[in-house]
Amino acid sequence: MRDAGIKKDDLDASVVAAVPEYHKQRSVAGVVQEYLNLNPLPTWLTEVACASGSAAIRTAWMAIQSGLHDVVAVIGCQKMTELETADILALMGRVGEVQWESVFGTTFPGYYALFATRHMHDYGTTRDQLLDVAIKNHYYGARNPNALFQKEVTKEKALASDPVASPFCVYDCCANADGAAALILAKEEKARAMAGDKVVWLDGVGCATASMSVLRRPHLTGLPSAEEAASQAYAQAGITAAEIKVADVHDCFTIAEIMAYEDLGFCEKGQGGKYIEEKRPYIDGGGVAVNVDGGLKSKGHPIGATGVSMAYEICRQLRGECGERQVPNADVGLTHNVGGIGQYCFVHVFKNS
Amino acid sequence: MFSWFGRVSFVPYSKVQDFAIHLKNGYLMGSRCKACGFQTFPPRADCPECLSEEFEFVEYSGKGVVWTHTRIDAAPTGFDDDVPYTCVVVELEGGGRLLAWSGETLHQEDVEIGMDVQVVPRIFEDTPDIRVYYTIEEPGATWHKAPEPHLG
Repeated sequence: MRDAGIKKDDLDASVVAAVPEYHKQRSVAGVVQEYLNLNPLPTWLTEVACASGSAAIRTAWMAIQSGLHDVVAVIGCQKMTELETADILALMGRVGEVQWESVFGTTFPGYYALFATRHMHDYGTTRDQLLDVAIKNHYYGARNPNALFQKEVTKEKALASDPVASPFCVYDCCANADGAAALILAKEEKARAMAGDKVVWLDGVGCATASMSVLRRPHLTGLPSAEEAASQAYAQAGITAAEIKVADVHDCFTIAEIMAYEDLGFCEKGQGGKYIEEKRPYIDGGGVAVNVDGGLKSKGHPIGATGVSMAYEICRQLRGECGERQVPNADVGLTHNVGGIGQYCFVHVFKNS
Repeated sequence: MFSWFGRVSFVPYSKVQDFAIHLKNGYLMGSRCKACGFQTFPPRADCPECLSEEFEFVEYSGKGVVWTHTRIDAAPTGFDDDVPYTCVVVELEGGGRLLAWSGETLHQEDVEIGMDVQVVPRIFEDTPDIRVYYTIEEPGATWHKAPEPHLG
């Protein structure tokens, strides 16, 4: 609110994003509302696993577009350290299908590993290319004061880390984390009046789904929901992938970022491994600068907060406020926020004019 | 009796719960929609194509081809004593797919995409109550099977 130059009396409502199962406290929206002294304003919770934050943004956007509210606070939060790692592995694994899959001890990294194995088989994506994603994201995370792990990593160190689910080891995986992020969304006239030149425009909102069970997917080399959400967002914003300068994509595991390059059209299908190997998603790498805030990998993945945190980074990039991590001439940015194993995907396009 | 299915069961009751009884008797069952004929695995009481509620079980041969796989080293709660295990996804003869562990005749380091495999019904022998599952084995693997499908 300080950044937007508003006071709480300017707000009409809040939307809170969090995944309830991780908290001992039930119905966290009420806690946030009380703690921020926002009663009696309306609030509600959005939940679509790791994409809950983007669902909150979409819901706020809908509330404003409908004319119901003019100014809405979007608050993503998650406190994951109340649970042990094995419990989180079990809980996250159950975002797969519990009747036929979880009974075999599937885990969240295990599911993405099924994609990685198939992507490597079909397109020759290599172990080194997967780790190149981790190396890039830690490189930028080391330069982000809001990142959980502010240190770079070498390929040797990454390879020496404990195995998790082949081909992944610890450094292929993002970390469970506590965290929060917030945005203020407002209708056009209000936004101009309140924030002037600092306003960033949400120009395209795409959202799509895919089967809960990976057994019923058409292929395991990408996320059909991401392709569809991207195509909706690009059409609505009137852009093509080539116009995007900076993107925050859902790198919960290294293969997820490689598939995102392809699903979002930053490169051809199957060329994601080569795209990172050639360092194209680095700033000044000649491609779209991807996850130059460190991504989920280095920033941490407090699941309810993640989608909002992605939008926060893209807004800061489009306002030119990112210092040594600033992408030159960033005028069009994108967030790609995946829920579960692609059961849900939200793609949002932002512009600074 | 669907609580029989799996090392850890999350779904005690199901519209397709007789699946577990058939599996105990050595039969791997998919479903066939009586309205449109769509056949699938895992079995669905309500047809994924036409949403008809009329279905029948249909015996699957368990023959299939490996679609993808991963070796799990970091176990979720309840599977600490089972790691490492390899989760294999198989495209089944008859339609649909299945996820299960590689079994004793198929070493995890030998699992490859595209290889022919055999799904074999199993009963856990280290649990006091009845717990059934299936494993992915080399083609030609055999198992004990009741003379014909029945619900006893």
